[in-house]
Amino acid sequence: MLKKRLIPVLLLRNGRMVKGVQFDNYRDTGDPIYASRVYNSQYVDELIIIDIDATNENRKTNRFVLSEVSKECFMPLTIGGGINSTNDIRELLLIGADKVVINTAAYSHPELILDAANTFGSQCIVVGIDIALENGKYTLYKNSGKIKCDISLQDHIMNMEKLGAGEFFINNISEDGKMQGYDTELIKYIQKITNIPIIACGGAGNFMHLVDVFKKTNVSALAMASIFHFGDNNPIRARAHLKNYNIQIKNV
Amino acid sequence: MIGILDYGMGNLSSIAKVIEYLGVKYRFINSEDIFADCSHLIIPGVGAYEKAINNIASTNYIKHIHDFATSGKPLLGICLGMQLLSDRGFEPKECNGLGLIQGDVVLMNFDGMRIPHVGWNGIEIINNHPILEDVKPSADFYFVHSYYFKPTNKNCIVAQTNYGTNFPSIICNTKKNIVGIQFHPEKSQKQGLKIMDNFVKMTPC
Repeated sequence: MLKKRLIPVLLLRNGRMVKGVQFDNYRDTGDPIYASRVYNSQYVDELIIIDIDATNENRKTNRFVLSEVSKECFMPLTIGGGINSTNDIRELLLIGADKVVINTAAYSHPELILDAANTFGSQCIVVGIDIALENGKYTLYKNSGKIKCDISLQDHIMNMEKLGAGEFFINNISEDGKMQGYDTELIKYIQKITNIPIIACGGAGNFMHLVDVFKKTNVSALAMASIFHFGDNNPIRARAHLKNYNIQIKNV
Repeated sequence: MIGILDYGMGNLSSIAKVIEYLGVKYRFINSEDIFADCSHLIIPGVGAYEKAINNIASTNYIKHIHDFATSGKPLLGICLGMQLLSDRGFEPKECNGLGLIQGDVVLMNFDGMRIPHVGWNGIEIINNHPILEDVKPSADFYFVHSYYFKPTNKNCIVAQTNYGTNFPSIICNTKKNIVGIQFHPEKSQKQGLKIMDNFVKMTPC
């Protein structure tokens, strides 16, 4: 049977790995290439690497890190940040990405999702959605959390699915970096309105948070960063912990 | 030397990196004359069936692939590359495949399961094959696809995988020199690397 996935997220800024809280106050957390090597040795399920400044600095995704990481990591790599065209996607796939995450561009030119899905296949195209809970409502943000979007969560999800998105990478800005657990209500809401696999990120602080989400929702994968950066948790222990709670996780 | 078919679609670099890691020589096949130099052929594939087969046809590769298959030299199709070995595909509409292993490639319509089938899943070995030598049978492998191979004759099934329903995850022809793998061994870490290692060590049948 298909197993649940645990996916570390690496955020890139100036070629370094960083981590923040609620998409702000970013701290340097090390060398992304070194970290990827460690994750590779720990047999992680996938890696998501996001260049968080590419869109706002109006430039292409950092290629160097991806190129170096793909030389030694034999698991699926998803890369995002500043992707604006099918050419961008083609270049990244040639360098070693297996999937790409498109976030901001999906709002300004959603037809890119359709083009990309038709050219490279839906399975390559992950749509990233950054969400904050404001006044009891889920609000969408683009440009690394800097600009509010008018479209509703439901409309955007349904639109992206129709255009050919393969997976959703849902990032919870409100819970990001707080290490106090995922927002399971948000995940439950999204899984009701879409049929494609969901990767949820934002809030993981300890392994019981992971157990909680997997028991309460149908999410395909959980992504996380702080839990591995700060403290001595690692994917090997995470897998062992989940196995103890009968959550179906990858057999190595 | 391993030949990796370059028809404009496929994760060539991922496969090349694994072959390099295994210490074996390889070349990307981007012209007809390279086929003759190759002892093994890998058909990668990421994308849609119809576009893929059209790309292969337009470069005159189909005859060379058939000759390679008939020669008994080892041929490996990965993911979409495995699907192209079939008689017919339907993505996005009906079209002819390479016809090397009998069957059709159709959409995974399994009891409301979410598609694409993406993530790590296990295999159940049905018929043995050298490609699985010393591979841990309880291991999971990385799948990412929305279509699956529906064989005409179940004898071609080496291993199957469950996603709501059982579907073939590894297939081979009667002569056993052509192998199709639905998952990505080049992305499946230790056990996947073992499969790739077994492939490069296969001798002509």
